[in-house]
Amino acid sequence: MYAVRKWSVRHARGLNTLYRALEVVLVALHPLFRWIGYRRLERPVAAVERSVKGLLFDCRMCGQCILSSTGMSCPMNCPKNLRNGPCGGVRANGHCEVRPEMKCVWVEAVAGAVRIPGGAQALQEVQVAVDRRLQGRSSWLRVVRERVGEAS
Amino acid sequence: MFEDEPVPGYPLPIRAGHTSPGRFERVLRSGQFAVTTELDPPDSADPEDVYRRARVFDGYVDAINATDGSGANCHMSSMAVCALLTRVGYAPVMQISCRDKNRIAIQGDILGAAAMGVCNLLCLTGDGVQAGDHPQALPVFDLDCMSLLETARTLRDEHHFLSGRKITYAPRVLLGAAENPFAQPVEWRARRLAKKVAAGAQFIQTQWCYDVPLLRRFMRHVEDLGLLDKVFILVGVGPLRSAKSAEWIRTHVPGVHIPDGVIKRLAGAADSAAEGRQLCIDIIQEIRTIKGVHGVHVMAYRQEHTVAEIIERSGVLNGRKPWSPGRDPQANTNRMAS
Repeated sequence: MYAVRKWSVRHARGLNTLYRALEVVLVALHPLFRWIGYRRLERPVAAVERSVKGLLFDCRMCGQCILSSTGMSCPMNCPKNLRNGPCGGVRANGHCEVRPEMKCVWVEAVAGAVRIPGGAQALQEVQVAVDRRLQGRSSWLRVVRERVGEAS
Repeated sequence: MFEDEPVPGYPLPIRAGHTSPGRFERVLRSGQFAVTTELDPPDSADPEDVYRRARVFDGYVDAINATDGSGANCHMSSMAVCALLTRVGYAPVMQISCRDKNRIAIQGDILGAAAMGVCNLLCLTGDGVQAGDHPQALPVFDLDCMSLLETARTLRDEHHFLSGRKITYAPRVLLGAAENPFAQPVEWRARRLAKKVAAGAQFIQTQWCYDVPLLRRFMRHVEDLGLLDKVFILVGVGPLRSAKSAEWIRTHVPGVHIPDGVIKRLAGAADSAAEGRQLCIDIIQEIRTIKGVHGVHVMAYRQEHTVAEIIERSGVLNGRKPWSPGRDPQANTNRMAS
């Protein structure tokens, strides 16, 4: 929802902290996840992720979440799927070239990033091309397996 | 600068510190004020349409941009325009947009373009399909300008595709990108440039500049970020035809910023087209003195015939005459099959 998405960017700092905490909890749950089986967990966790992040960020389930590097403004809401910054077509009022009624997700991202410690620096990381095979999959489970050094 | 050029249009020996065998990189690295322009690609399959459009720039530009469906309108492809231009020795800048092709097609095009003698690539995201004449088309955007730059650099420097599969002969190209110092978020634009440089951009062509104070501010940010010796910046300029067309452009073309003062100046002139050209010359003369500006990119859409006059009167070439087919009559510019 657009209004909630804008609220999330305004509260980027708190949400980022919450996200960090969630990550710690999920990584701690790795033994349990492994016991249940990641493959079995994929669908229910992805469903939870879709509804939570869908509500907060209008998440598109790209499967490679970079919200912490984009000021909690989901870059997949950009009609051009830009994950590395705004295009040159942003309107003078900061709105999107393609969807004039929507604020540019990157104008939002820059505003959100300055609220997060180290956020402005994270914006400068060059994001590589998206792996389209991960579309619809859980980003949370993937991160946990990355953190514990297990290939997903 | 080109004394070691075998035949114009053939690859030059690559000098130390250069990445391409092209004339454009030589001009930039020798510290000359470079001039590039844009060819309006024809809605036609006649090669002569391309050559006729290129000839109007002869003797005034160092490189010609071949646009890739700019404004999301369909025209002859940038790849084909480049094939025709390199055949007679022109130095094109091949624009690649992420809107119409995925990473498989784009990487193939980069190899093919380099094989044909294209030495300069401009990596763009591209306009959204809603802006053009085929709004019902599927927008691809598999890559974005930044990952496209990285992809091209990987091909060139690491000699492999994104998949990791090796290529046997790397494309030797100069990599460029676009920047719009005049669009929101204005304060972050120089940082975005830094990101493009980190991703591989060696030269930048900017959006049309009609607001020099804003450009100066951007260039100061660029300098503060320590980028001046890492990237060649060519500022976009172009003649406006009238106050009415300027008004139309700023309301309808995304990302073009034209201050009210410019519109007033055009509206107050007896011959607004001539005033538009004069304004363009004034801007060129002002920006050429800005530290870190290495040239101009003249975008004179549907007014391409005015480019020669604008460059001539601005005096930026300093008596230099960029190469064009026929400049040196003794040179054989026909490419032979080898």
